[in-house]
Amino acid sequence: MKNIFKFFLSSFAALMIFFSSAQAESIRIGTEGAYPPWNAKDESGKLIGFEVELANFLCIYMKADCTIVEQDWDGMIPGLIMRKYDAIMAGMSITDERMKTINFSQGYADEVASLAVMKGSSLEGMDTPKAINLSKGGGDVKKALKTLTAALAGKTIGVQTATIHQNFLESGDVGQVKVRTYKTQDEVNLDLAAGRIDAALAAAVAFTDYAEKSGKAVVLVGPTFSGGAFGNGVGVGIRKDDTALLKKFNAAINQARKSGKISELAIKWFGFDASM
Amino acid sequence: MDLDFMFEHLPRLIKATKLTIQLTLLSLFFGIFVGIFFAILRTSKNKIFYYISYYYSYILRGTPLLVQIFIIYFGLGQVEWIRESFLWIFLKEPYSCAILAFTLNTGAYSSEIFRSAFETINKGVVEAAEGLGLNKMHTFFKIKLPIAIRQSLPAYGNEMILMLKGTSLASTVTLLDLTGVAKHIISTTFRPVEVFIVAGSIYLLMTFVIHNFIKFLEKKYSFNN
Repeated sequence: MKNIFKFFLSSFAALMIFFSSAQAESIRIGTEGAYPPWNAKDESGKLIGFEVELANFLCIYMKADCTIVEQDWDGMIPGLIMRKYDAIMAGMSITDERMKTINFSQGYADEVASLAVMKGSSLEGMDTPKAINLSKGGGDVKKALKTLTAALAGKTIGVQTATIHQNFLESGDVGQVKVRTYKTQDEVNLDLAAGRIDAALAAAVAFTDYAEKSGKAVVLVGPTFSGGAFGNGVGVGIRKDDTALLKKFNAAINQARKSGKISELAIKWFGFDASM
Repeated sequence: MDLDFMFEHLPRLIKATKLTIQLTLLSLFFGIFVGIFFAILRTSKNKIFYYISYYYSYILRGTPLLVQIFIIYFGLGQVEWIRESFLWIFLKEPYSCAILAFTLNTGAYSSEIFRSAFETINKGVVEAAEGLGLNKMHTFFKIKLPIAIRQSLPAYGNEMILMLKGTSLASTVTLLDLTGVAKHIISTTFRPVEVFIVAGSIYLLMTFVIHNFIKFLEKKYSFNN
């Protein structure tokens, strides 16, 4: 009798130890799964992409148990606030507007935005510098925006809803263009290829990825944009009151950067080193 | 719940309601003709006409409206010869694609409503009309159609309300109707509860108007007075 009791007690203790050691912190990370190559889904519906892989590495560094949750882009920030997940990794640029509602970790990658058109468009061959940084300002930027304003007058431009790209077009920096908003980047690409919109604005890699996979003659035009309405790189979105998690992510991003993991993944998914 | 916030965004939502009303009324207007046309085909003795109408209604009622609007908007936009034809002038615009999808959809449901209304017409009434020497055209327009319309009022009122709510799908093809603008506001304010409550209330108000309009018509054209 005593032995049986001992046996139960020791196995119970063993179980307790097993559970307590297995119980790492669990973190749910929200992503869209529709913005390749940042985050996307393969044919079987599995989430893939730069951020999905990076998230897994960050979780290893944080010794956390992570689940990646899918969420439509237009409900991304409300979903974070409503605690459907604890962090956002969805190609979300760090902007002042979003900082009013949520916090961001340090940036982990640079998102370079660009206009795209179909080959043969009248917008091809605009006389602008290769890249402009709106935060820097200056004569070059002003001149480029003027050229863009003239070229885009009366044109319809497609963007994904609630993005830095929509904010930029509605800011008046390039005059009064007709902005058409879509739920996903896929739909923007479809309507660009169908000729319903004259141009589209998104991450440059979103267009090159689409052109490569669909074989459609989508080409980038004008300068690449950064700074200003385009924010300061892509970071992890975290609730304002969740400062402990913010610290953890920042430390993990540091570690991932130092070990070269971010660069490695960026080259794998973007074809160039977009890490920051 | 932040009432000030709700009132602050109310004007934009009311402005967007104009497009919702426009989409609803135009689709219902075209849909009535489509519905009556297919209801007549359905009562035809010609087997081909009958089956055209039967399968039209079967397919359109058997698939989600969202799928239909996507096929018309994103689907047809992929087909090269359509893009090169005169149809593209029409199909290029999200507005006309939405109207087309809604019209075809409500047309299918209305055709069923009108068909069953035609079928309930008392044979004696038609015989009486023929007895009085009315020709087929007259019997149809002066006797059968008015009775059928009165008969289908309650069911058609329902269809109007369904169509009104169905127009919210216009936001999926870039149109800024009531739902589209609501989503737009949410995407910058991140406050879905308040915005959707206001948008929902506006929809409710519109269904209230439709509901009472149909009730008024039912009373006015009641068989019992």
